[in-house]
Amino acid sequence: MELIDRTAYELLDLQRRGEATAEEIVQAFCNAVATRDPLIRAFLHFDRDTALEQARAIDLKRRAGQPLGRLAGIPVAIKDVLCTRGVPTTCASKILRNFVPPYDAHVIARLKEEDAVLFGKTNMDEFAMGSSTENSAYQITRNPWDLERIPGGSSGGSAAAVAACEVPLALGSDTGGSIRQPASLCGIVGLKPTYGRVSRFGLVAFASSLDQIGPFAHDVRDTALLTEVIAGHDPRDSTSVDRPVPPYVAKLDEPVRPLTVGVAREHFAEGLDADVERCIRQAIEVFRCLGAEVREIRLPHSDFAVAVYYLVATAEASSNLARYDGVHYGYRAERYDSMIHMYSRTRGEGFGKEVKRRIMLGTYALSSGYYEAYYLKALKVRRLIKEDFDRAFAECDVVLGPTSPTAAFRVGEKIDNPLAMYLSDIYTISCNLAGIAGISVPCGFTKQGLPVGLQILAPPFAEEKLLRVARMYERETDWHLRRAPWPPRGSPAGNGHTAAGT
Amino acid sequence: MALTEDQVRWVAHLARLEFAPEEIELFTAQLSQIVDYVNQLQKLDTEKVEPLAHCLPISNVFRPDEVQPSLTVDEALANAPDRRGAYYGVPAVLD
Repeated sequence: MELIDRTAYELLDLQRRGEATAEEIVQAFCNAVATRDPLIRAFLHFDRDTALEQARAIDLKRRAGQPLGRLAGIPVAIKDVLCTRGVPTTCASKILRNFVPPYDAHVIARLKEEDAVLFGKTNMDEFAMGSSTENSAYQITRNPWDLERIPGGSSGGSAAAVAACEVPLALGSDTGGSIRQPASLCGIVGLKPTYGRVSRFGLVAFASSLDQIGPFAHDVRDTALLTEVIAGHDPRDSTSVDRPVPPYVAKLDEPVRPLTVGVAREHFAEGLDADVERCIRQAIEVFRCLGAEVREIRLPHSDFAVAVYYLVATAEASSNLARYDGVHYGYRAERYDSMIHMYSRTRGEGFGKEVKRRIMLGTYALSSGYYEAYYLKALKVRRLIKEDFDRAFAECDVVLGPTSPTAAFRVGEKIDNPLAMYLSDIYTISCNLAGIAGISVPCGFTKQGLPVGLQILAPPFAEEKLLRVARMYERETDWHLRRAPWPPRGSPAGNGHTAAGT
Repeated sequence: MALTEDQVRWVAHLARLEFAPEEIELFTAQLSQIVDYVNQLQKLDTEKVEPLAHCLPISNVFRPDEVQPSLTVDEALANAPDRRGAYYGVPAVLD
């Protein structure tokens, strides 16, 4: 097995046993980026020299017998929505093309404290708005399982980088499914923690009542590790909750018994791909064989989740994105007639189509005469959606279902039909509206060989249980051991050539 | 059409977004389709439901009113498109 195919846990073990140095590990992943990323296009910014320098410093610390952090020598890729001091942070937007943050996000500071190697900034839908990563102002990222397909979004760069073994761990953000959906479409694990579990300080805001930062990894153990590192209170984010972080990793292999899993009829609605449904039904059978009680539950308001989301998230976005005014940082238009014209031209030129569509929708929903009918109405239905989950979790430990109604779709397939794109988040959105925790774990492949993800949802702050349940499934299956073949399907290098893209 | 081009132009003004005429046309069609879709919420009776803006039972979070370390003037202005000394430059607001 090559170094790049391994999990972070295995790489930490190799270093402890003296079988690999941090430098060798980082070098191997740098080489993977050099050969693979010209086809995958996951990274917007990558600085090989700095990564290698960090790795050598960690090796020196180890040799000197100094204490090392929990992620020592492990490369972690960062979605380009997280502020990194001195390193460009663009949100894949033209309006932030030259933005270099003067501070680190809380989660970046945590990674540094644990001796992780910061390994480049990854592509995304502009300002995290999208489900395919096609809304990037810079490049299209490809799905490592089939280059003609999208990796999902909005954290598509982070998901594709892990799935292509260019990095073992990555961070993303999830406002309506932006970690879980790309994890599902790329055949890896992705976790959206409970709202308030991870500090959002330094996360460029999209929809502040929904946004959460979370990890991508090949398996549940690595996911638990990275979650444990980034979770916890931070006074700089007033919505970060001050409660202890349980030892997710230490408890991981303790099965949850007795276990009741809920399955909602609403998660098997029209539009669900038959292959995806087959994989999910099989995953439910795995839990039955493990002795879990499978109970049918109802989430009667889930049909309204997409509508609620596209009012609440856009309203919050229209307010959050007002800060891009061509004054404090970022792009400013070259020619304008007045102050107001400077604003509107800067924003008209600097934002991409989807961002403008959402600012417009949110501004409309908040505008005089429409506020009650749209924004306030959406907040009321949001409560009904949350109450559906409160009732469900009163009778089951977790809820199981598909992460996404289909496997990865083709590049260009939905880009001109915003509503069709929005509906690809139909099963992930409720989790953000209700503020609960959710994970996507690999659970099979379609007949075309595309990965399928199982979504597991848990009550607020039940990450420990969620990870243990996910681990119970993982121990019985080997989907998490699969790696996307290289060279990938649809690659111009053809079949059998290993040096594609060099 | 749920929205007219005039409404879209008004919202664009509120949002401080400049559009070309053909973009107004495209956005009117696309936003109308989305507004039609979200109108399904009107079917639900929510008269007795309290709005939920935020899922955490947290309201005001205060900290002591003490000076904390913060960015220097140079750091704060480093990304400004038009820095003028220790200030952000903007176009004239009044003639």
